[in-house]
Amino acid sequence: MTTETTKGKYNVIGTRPIRHDGYDKVTGRAIYGADVKLPGLLQGAVLRSPHAHANLKSIDTSAAKALPGVHAVVTHHDFPAAEANLVDLGEGAVNFKHASNNVMAEDKVLYKGHPVAAVAAVDKNTALEAAALIKVVYEVLTPVTDVMEALKPGAPILHADLEGQNLGEKIDGQTNQANHIRHEFGDIDAGFAEADLVVEREFTTSMVHQGYIEPHNATATWDEENRVTIWTSTQGSFPTRRQVAGVLRMPDSQVKVIPLEIGGGFGGKIPSYLEPVAAILSRESGRPVKLLMERSSVFEATGPTPGSWMTAKVGVKKDGTITAAHTDIRFEAGAYPGSPVGAAMMCVFSCYDIPNTRIDGYDVVVNRPKTAAYRAPGTTQAAFAMETVIDEIIEELGMDPIEFRIKNASKEGTRRADGPIHPIIGNIETLEAAKASDHWNTPLEKNGPDGILRGRGVASGYWFNIGLKSAVTISVNEDGTVALTEGSTDIGGSRASISMMAAEVLGIPVEDVRPHVADTEGIGYTDVTGGSRTTYATGYASHDAAQDVVSQLRERAAKLWDVDTDEVEFSNGNYQSKSDPELKLSHKELSSKLGSTGGPVVGSASVDPEGAGGAFSTQIADVEIDPETGKTDVVRYTIVQDVGTAIHPAYVEGQMQGAVVQGIGWALNEEYFLNDDGAMVNSSFLDYRMPTTYDLPPIETVIVEVPNPGHPFGVRGVGEVPIVPPVATIANAIHDALGIRLRESPMNAGRIRKALEEKG
Amino acid sequence: MHPFEYVRAKSVDEAVAALAKHGERARPFAGGTDALVMARAGRWELDALVDIKHIPETNILELGSSEFRHGAAVPCYKVYESPEISAAFPGLVDSASIIGGIQIQSRAGLGGNLCNASPSGDGICALIVHNTTCVIAGPNGKREVASEDFCTGPGRSVIGNGEMLVELKIPTPKKGFGAAYQRFTPRNEMDIAVAGVASSVQLDGNTIVSARVALAAVGPTPILSTAGDSLAGKEATADNISAAAQIASSEATPISDMRGTAEQRTHLVGVLARRTLERAVERARENN
Amino acid sequence: MVEKVRVRATLNGEPVDFLVAPYVSLLDTLRDELGLTGTKEGCNDGNCGACTVNLDGRIVDSCCVLGAEIDGSTVETIEGMAEPGQLHPLQQAFLEEAALQCGICTPGFLISAKALLEKDPHPSEHDIRFWLAGNLCRCTGYDKIVKAVQKVADSA
Repeated sequence: MTTETTKGKYNVIGTRPIRHDGYDKVTGRAIYGADVKLPGLLQGAVLRSPHAHANLKSIDTSAAKALPGVHAVVTHHDFPAAEANLVDLGEGAVNFKHASNNVMAEDKVLYKGHPVAAVAAVDKNTALEAAALIKVVYEVLTPVTDVMEALKPGAPILHADLEGQNLGEKIDGQTNQANHIRHEFGDIDAGFAEADLVVEREFTTSMVHQGYIEPHNATATWDEENRVTIWTSTQGSFPTRRQVAGVLRMPDSQVKVIPLEIGGGFGGKIPSYLEPVAAILSRESGRPVKLLMERSSVFEATGPTPGSWMTAKVGVKKDGTITAAHTDIRFEAGAYPGSPVGAAMMCVFSCYDIPNTRIDGYDVVVNRPKTAAYRAPGTTQAAFAMETVIDEIIEELGMDPIEFRIKNASKEGTRRADGPIHPIIGNIETLEAAKASDHWNTPLEKNGPDGILRGRGVASGYWFNIGLKSAVTISVNEDGTVALTEGSTDIGGSRASISMMAAEVLGIPVEDVRPHVADTEGIGYTDVTGGSRTTYATGYASHDAAQDVVSQLRERAAKLWDVDTDEVEFSNGNYQSKSDPELKLSHKELSSKLGSTGGPVVGSASVDPEGAGGAFSTQIADVEIDPETGKTDVVRYTIVQDVGTAIHPAYVEGQMQGAVVQGIGWALNEEYFLNDDGAMVNSSFLDYRMPTTYDLPPIETVIVEVPNPGHPFGVRGVGEVPIVPPVATIANAIHDALGIRLRESPMNAGRIRKALEEKG
Repeated sequence: MHPFEYVRAKSVDEAVAALAKHGERARPFAGGTDALVMARAGRWELDALVDIKHIPETNILELGSSEFRHGAAVPCYKVYESPEISAAFPGLVDSASIIGGIQIQSRAGLGGNLCNASPSGDGICALIVHNTTCVIAGPNGKREVASEDFCTGPGRSVIGNGEMLVELKIPTPKKGFGAAYQRFTPRNEMDIAVAGVASSVQLDGNTIVSARVALAAVGPTPILSTAGDSLAGKEATADNISAAAQIASSEATPISDMRGTAEQRTHLVGVLARRTLERAVERARENN
Repeated sequence: MVEKVRVRATLNGEPVDFLVAPYVSLLDTLRDELGLTGTKEGCNDGNCGACTVNLDGRIVDSCCVLGAEIDGSTVETIEGMAEPGQLHPLQQAFLEEAALQCGICTPGFLISAKALLEKDPHPSEHDIRFWLAGNLCRCTGYDKIVKAVQKVADSA
């Protein structure tokens, strides 16, 4: 179902063409990072720490080097000395000392799976055997893996040199608290004093992983000019170039990154893990080297999203008006600072218009893998706290969950708790669409067969979306087709949506646009495919590059007709003289005359747009629970979301459905399970339980279109906000079914049983 | 991974000879869904994997009037895709159809599931409540072991160096026999039991002549509970079944780990014992 | 050093004859020895189905099969699914229904779904979901995959 305000407005936008890269992907021809083949290619392996926290005393690589078939063995000694230097990567910043130490441990290992050495050999098994021959002496230290434990005085310290900050002041002495920041607005005490009802609760969530199916990979060559070429599956070839150059201490221009097809990322394929290691192995061996990460290391050593400890406190008047809210959000950053607590703080209250707010956020290092972005980073956790407290208040007041949200909804002009004023947003439109949905209007029978209990939950979420830099070039072929070159790696159909916007401007069929994702030497700087920015910003560049083509084609037509360029009008793919109706050429006809009117036409644009539009989603879940076992099944699910303009509605729905299902896994079963030594023990797809198709109902989608005025076609990002509400939605549904409030995720069967027993 | 040889044995003797040659550094290999994972993870260091899938005896699948012969290399799907076998052994189908997904069931079988000797093996308890006898071949000939005595610890069994499982001999159910296996898993498929229970009953009218209850994932090996014995001679009533389920629950000796807490598992055993006994009785009544 | 073994098999309808180290999985054999990189590695332990191929008429996780084992067998991979110039109806339906996002799990899903429809041309939604539970997808939420398979089943 679509609430399509843009229906009929466009020719190409809003249709559902087959994606250009689809044929290669259904036939097995598409080349992903692991599929790269090069002459003389060596295979690598990485040796990783079995300990969560230890000093590295010594590494003896002699036996590994002596194994026949081994071409190089490297440790941190082979890497340039790391330099502390903070660089923004678009979705999160990187400190190169930390990035360098994360790809290869220097003096300490900070989590199980932390790389300590690497090997290149004639084949994979030889490399693995050689890695097993490396002797590492560790001085094992007590790990600290829990955010609240890490903040306690006397906790094991990860970084002796960490300069912790507390509300802008440097913390004296050693600490794991990288930062504590606060946003305050209004008079929080007066706001709570004014309230008739105040609910304050505490929450914890477990660290979870993005769970992309394709493991990390990197292939590198280091050539005679000391130039590095990297083939990899990445969300951003330019940010990868910057990270590799930063770790290798060379200019960005010395590194070329060739992005291959990418098997999922969700934020986790922004950081570089293997690329610098493959480059150093290539330098040492003089051969191309490929590294493939094993699944267990993907879990143990690459970017999860933080586990958290949070409080949420909300005050309301009897009539349901929210008067004040306070939240304290403490995130596990992992081994190095840089959790997404800032993003969580930007979003946590943003569905509501609250006059008095305080938001505290803590970034805390713990002995776990360094966290990375994961789809609306940090915001699912925060929404779990906020939206279940809101649900409790709604229950207490006896109000309707959607009416309560509409009453308190943020709208154009509402000040976000962290400062910015909301521009035109679709929060209320989304809530109204949820209220009108078939799901919401279908009563739920609370008692099922065999003692099964059913419940329905609702929750909302917000994500701000980002813009950042993108470049696109479009060259016109003589047959009227165009070749579109972009720098955004395509994780989920973006070639199609970017092409559709160019086709819309040029007035040609989308099949006549041939999109191509270029390497870092084939297109201007382009930021990551992340932050829900690709269709927005690269689409913006596509629009502008197509406009550039149109303006050049108008000049060509003017030249042909010997009139002023101003005399040539363009509409619906046709170029026409204003004064002489006989003078009219279609895009295709005009394209055939380029050779005789001055040669090729190439349009280009590079953008850094500021008008990314925030997105809202409201979701409804029905669950069935077996109270004897605690087993929860999601039996119906509806997601309602303002997408601005749905360029390719099928892939918009796909983003919504995929995010919801990740959220369902997060809510019910996914977690990092650590043993007493701080080592993750469930690092496989068997025991890190992501939903299978047999665990799920169809995911119903309701697309709401409130166009973003900051984009020529009204695009808002769509990929992230859908994962914000699910954990809270499921928590509220479980409460509706069983009358218990779970404030710890995952809300697995064991926890449900325990809560039921405590309830009695 | 230590490089190993692949030996395709054509007979039990050939397989036993190859296994005996390498001692503990060789393993029989059927579905491979455990063996290759163990070798790759470095938990088994092997010089040889001995493929037993090309041996006539290990592929036998013969439903006789008194005995069902199930070769050690028979994959799960052959059990549930055979109308005769699935009609006679719904309790085995319960297990064979939930070991991994369809891909795994194309290769993995009840024999390998037993030999892997995981406490959570979904097939083992079903074999135990069907009074299965395991035929083992070795350098000194063949021997037979009751399925409840087969596993000796997590990943350990009575299979010694040079030995292999050849077949499972399962009594063909008489009228009034019913069995069922159920497990609790957070996911609906592709998961490993937090706890599992298999139950079987032999009814005479509404009297339980004999019963067996076996527990998965709640001890170092699958456990043959005395809950079954407690039902012998009793009526198949809800109260009697509940009482037996309590016994099963009390005999569980689980640990807490990433898959569940000891408390949760003990509780689940009680629930699953009751449910599988009820289901077994239902099936026994249908089988009259 | 263990010696490579000779394997003769039928791969996507063509005879193949090659040498492979006996400990190498069928997955790596296809990808590294036979150049067929359409079969993907997701977990290498039989829990994601990205490496699903059809072996003698049954779907298997090729990471849990040895390359040496397929001597005498028939193997079908994603590269053999389409007829020249003509996609398999499932491939076409996956494109039309937007049943893939990143595409890494797609070959495995297609091989699995094809085996299902060959066994049961008219599966219910429940049957499809049960059969495909051995294939993980993290992008789509499965909804459009199930619909694509249903679309082909309905038109059969």
